[in-house]
Amino acid sequence: MSTAPILNVRNLTAVFPDNNGGLRALEDVSFEICPQEFICVLGPSGSGKTTLLRILAGLLKPTSGQVDFGDGRQPRIGMVFQQANLMPWRTAIQNIMLPLELDGVDHASALARAQELMDLVGLQEFESSLPRDLSGGMAQRVAIARALIHDPDLLLLDEPFGSLDALTRERMWTELSRIWQARQKTVIMVTHSIEESLFLADRVLVLTQRPGRIKLDLTADIPRPREDAMRYTPHFGKLAKKLREAIG
Amino acid sequence: MAEPFHSIPRAVHRNRRWLGLISLLMGLLLWWLVSQTANLPSFILPSPLEVWSRFLVALADGSLFLNTGVTLFEILCGLFAGAGLATVIGYLVAKSRALERVLAPYLVASQAVPLVAIAPLLVIWFGPGMFSKILICALIVFFPVLVNTVAGVRAVPPALNDLMHSLRATRGQILVKLEIPAALPIFLSGLRIGATLSVIGAVVGELVGSDRGLGFLINIGRGQYDTALVFVAIFMLIALALILYGIVAWIEGRVLSWQEWRKA
Repeated sequence: MSTAPILNVRNLTAVFPDNNGGLRALEDVSFEICPQEFICVLGPSGSGKTTLLRILAGLLKPTSGQVDFGDGRQPRIGMVFQQANLMPWRTAIQNIMLPLELDGVDHASALARAQELMDLVGLQEFESSLPRDLSGGMAQRVAIARALIHDPDLLLLDEPFGSLDALTRERMWTELSRIWQARQKTVIMVTHSIEESLFLADRVLVLTQRPGRIKLDLTADIPRPREDAMRYTPHFGKLAKKLREAIG
Repeated sequence: MAEPFHSIPRAVHRNRRWLGLISLLMGLLLWWLVSQTANLPSFILPSPLEVWSRFLVALADGSLFLNTGVTLFEILCGLFAGAGLATVIGYLVAKSRALERVLAPYLVASQAVPLVAIAPLLVIWFGPGMFSKILICALIVFFPVLVNTVAGVRAVPPALNDLMHSLRATRGQILVKLEIPAALPIFLSGLRIGATLSVIGAVVGELVGSDRGLGFLINIGRGQYDTALVFVAIFMLIALALILYGIVAWIEGRVLSWQEWRKA
């Protein structure tokens, strides 16, 4: 892992106007991320996690503070939302191809790339299925493939498994862990699940309740590849306890 | 597995395609029975057979073909002009609250005044030719298409908008790849209403003053107590409306096949 940070967040503050002086969603948030690092942002609801992600995605302007990307250019973003957020009129593979279409990549090579990713997320047979015919877990895997296809510099995941049932969610953790190891992307994932953050991340940032400030920056020194059984080790339990206490 | 309680009985299900035809024949039969038993003169209620022979006469002398053609031409021009303008303005209104405020009084006023009331005015201003009919037709089509365009564009899921922005999509790309397909279902419902209304628009114009068209035929038939001709013209209007409606519905079936409820 290289040490030069790819992303530098400094003194980020976000205030939403309301009737009494503005709603402070984020206050003075600073952190750095190295290339290929997997970061989880953990916090209770209302801690500004999603606001942070939206600022990083360029969907929202911060009230003050800076977001600098390593080489100063706008990074390519791959984003996965709480809902799969697929276009219902496109088939699974057409949904995956969308980012390449926007980039003006020719159809044949876009299709080839999309097929590769269908394989990666294990949905080969569902290429021409419409979103209405996909289960929640399958739809979310399509969304992950779509976020990866244009080879983004930064992958932003906004509670991507929040809407899935517990068993599917755990399967998706293993899946995402595997995909991340295969692609070595820089990932920032927002979640409110301690277990999820420890299972996936290299580092966990804990945000406080409104306004969101960074309360803890914990390195999850759990060996990779991570397996289900690791969630039941004493070390995992110790880290989880630390996070739980930080959330308060 | 037990049949779901709401399932249509099998025999009906199998013959569903014939149901429409059967109901049509029943209606014709009823009409025939009334015309036979009520003993009314044929200028009040002609029998179906009289209407049919009048249809054949009008077909043979070419008047039906000409007048239907004129009305259809007015309808199509009015429909395209009205729907086209409504789509563009509707998109802009959906995007700009300020524009909506500016246009709203006029749009509502245009709906509050019955078209029959302004049709004579338009015929006076623009003459008895086809242009005034096209204009009336476009006016009547405009509103439902506009309202549905606005609703359709506003129904674009904000999360998909976020997706497009996170991918740095241009405005044009957002329009083509997101807004148009997302707005299409509601827009096409509006167009379906507009298509049927367009027939009314053209005929109202023709009834007010014209020397050609199905509305003109109705006027002639009424003036000469040729009630069978009035019936022929009315049936042609119904046929035109059905065909236009059918075309839009067919387009919907083709481009909206992804919708949940259309699942086979």
